[in-house]
Amino acid sequence: MSLNTPSSGGSRHQVGLFVTCLVDIFRPSIGFATIKLLEQAGCYVEVPEAQTCCGQPTFNSGDRKSTQDIAKNVINAFDGYQYVVGPSGSCIGMLHHYPDLFESDDPYHSRAKELASRAYEITSFLIDVLEFDKIIAQYEGIITYHDSCAGLRELGVKQQPRKLLGKVNNLQIDEMEEAETCCGFGGTFCIKYPDISNRMVSNKNVNAGATNADTLLGGDLGCLLNMAGKLKREGSKLEVRHVVEVLANMTYEPAIGEANLQPNFDLAKEA
Amino acid sequence: MQINSPKFKESSRIALEDANLQKALGNLRDGFPVKRANAVDRMPEFDKLRDEGRDLKDHIIANLDFYLEQFETNVTKNGGHVHWARDSDDANKAILEICRKSGAKTVTKGKSMVSEEINLNDYLEENGIQPVETDLGEYILQLRKDHPSHIIAPAIHLNLDDVSDIFHEKHGRPRTDDPAELMQEAREMLRKQFVAADVGITGANFCVAETGSTIIVTNEGNGDLTQTLPKVHVVITTIDKIVPTLEDMSLFLRLLARSATGQEFTVYNTLSTGPRREDDVDGPEEYHVVLLDNGRSEMIGTQFQEMLRCIRCSACMNHCPVYGSVGGHAYGWVYPGPMGSVLTPKLIGIDKAGHLPNASTFCGKCESVCPVRIPLPKMMRHWREREFEKHLSPKGFRFGICAWAFFAKRPALYRWLARASSLTLKLIGGKKNRIRSLPLKNGWTLWRDLPAPQGRTFMDQWKKQQSSK
Repeated sequence: MSLNTPSSGGSRHQVGLFVTCLVDIFRPSIGFATIKLLEQAGCYVEVPEAQTCCGQPTFNSGDRKSTQDIAKNVINAFDGYQYVVGPSGSCIGMLHHYPDLFESDDPYHSRAKELASRAYEITSFLIDVLEFDKIIAQYEGIITYHDSCAGLRELGVKQQPRKLLGKVNNLQIDEMEEAETCCGFGGTFCIKYPDISNRMVSNKNVNAGATNADTLLGGDLGCLLNMAGKLKREGSKLEVRHVVEVLANMTYEPAIGEANLQPNFDLAKEA
Repeated sequence: MQINSPKFKESSRIALEDANLQKALGNLRDGFPVKRANAVDRMPEFDKLRDEGRDLKDHIIANLDFYLEQFETNVTKNGGHVHWARDSDDANKAILEICRKSGAKTVTKGKSMVSEEINLNDYLEENGIQPVETDLGEYILQLRKDHPSHIIAPAIHLNLDDVSDIFHEKHGRPRTDDPAELMQEAREMLRKQFVAADVGITGANFCVAETGSTIIVTNEGNGDLTQTLPKVHVVITTIDKIVPTLEDMSLFLRLLARSATGQEFTVYNTLSTGPRREDDVDGPEEYHVVLLDNGRSEMIGTQFQEMLRCIRCSACMNHCPVYGSVGGHAYGWVYPGPMGSVLTPKLIGIDKAGHLPNASTFCGKCESVCPVRIPLPKMMRHWREREFEKHLSPKGFRFGICAWAFFAKRPALYRWLARASSLTLKLIGGKKNRIRSLPLKNGWTLWRDLPAPQGRTFMDQWKKQQSSK
């Protein structure tokens, strides 16, 4: 039951981009950087129009029924694509939870399993599937990397972004203490328990600030908005970006939460 | 123990502002996790051991009735007694009866979280029997009329100063802040109690079915004195502590010590197998095991069955960033941290414990260090599902989630919502590109700015780009 007719893309790997809602709304440049990287790696990229959210907000709030409906929408929207790739370990991790949502005799159960088998976080896809590391980028600065929880512990994303960053000209990495400790975002957690979340993000920022880095990178926009929001409230100079912005050499946009001196509503033409 | 879990939010706020507590929690975060990591590094086969532990526990739970009966048979054969307790009331009554029969006035106690679960100390005191805690941490807490905030390091929320203060106040000796002197002071105070006690009550880390033995592990040796000196030894424990054989027990001892304190082995591992035999040089005249269920058997066959694998090592809370921020008391009952967030709703009800499974970012650290691989985040999510089904989640939150779901199921409407959100937030963000406050005391902007969106949504820009190709 294919609702889409993905274009063939010839002999190239054919990828359906899972944009994620935060990237769609807050930082489209991450989506365009992801496409640029995929195309550099020889993929043919399409963006299925019917996609919305991965369903994490409802899943983690105990609304199983709505999550099933949202999962069905994603399963149908990405039917037929060779790969599903997204710039988020958390949202792609959610796609890997889909099989648990359906009873084993439900046709959606096997479709969910099949979807999970071709769904990848972007840095993991480049390294683990395509074995691609021909990064064409340069970055004058020292970065430190926050390992977002779902990518790290559900998908095993740890060395992949570091391997790719190692190919960026002039970029240096200075690892922080407790890089694998949660930043306190946690989706709805940061709204439900803001005081605890604040303590966690403060700890994270102290660790990031203790390095020589001028830039904090990560692979999940939720965590990045959280850390940048706190850093900017405190007046920190540390810049926060998604890893793909650096890898795709697309750092002309202001970093997350930085003032925009030249308002620019449209990024597509520069991608 | 009084149930304060519904006040989790208020308690955690107080905890975050408590400088002493934060200092103590800082010590915890720098201690146990590092020691565990070192211990695991020294043992390359540790992960394989975890698999074995998980599989063995699953086997035990599937055959729990068999092993429980085997345990009872062997305890009885050794001259001991098993008392089955359906709930706290049953357990307390059984223990009181044993104490009364032996004419006990004071009882010494080894550290036992199960005794906290059933409120044993209060019950004994109400009935004219004085319990004396002999674990150093528990002893300090008893003097302070305080409760454990951690399942293996009960006084972890205190600092040295707190101990100096309470010892000075209660022992009437000159104040000292030398740990060795404080230890000596406690030793002298407790030595008299060990000898005077009529009954010794301990918990059990494991109950061995094939021999009818119970084992406690401690680093202080207080447990040995509690169970060998008095005439009567009572073990209060729960049905999920059963292991089939001594060899199985040793597997769990290896997992337990490394996961808990990073030790290869706990200092004292003391097995009790029945009362003193004729040729034994010491030991109690009577040996009783009170086996408590308290709802645990009802977890079998449910989404929460895997929680029964827990061996109470505390690795989940030692590594939990939420526990590390607010400490154990904020959780408001006996079992804190991730394991408590799964177990407590079963024991006191999800209506009272609702905050616990919600107060997690699902970072997954707990599951990644659990020696028996309990999927703690998954089970916390199952509790959230129960809560949602019963309409127990806060109304405003529920409305927000349902509204989000409404849009997420309808791509065209969703596109419109995304477009409206990004442009509105972009406008509010203004030149600074950040939002400092949002309406309704918003949890996000209370503590941090919200970076404003870049402008048009990705989907709109992508569509425009495609159509101009």
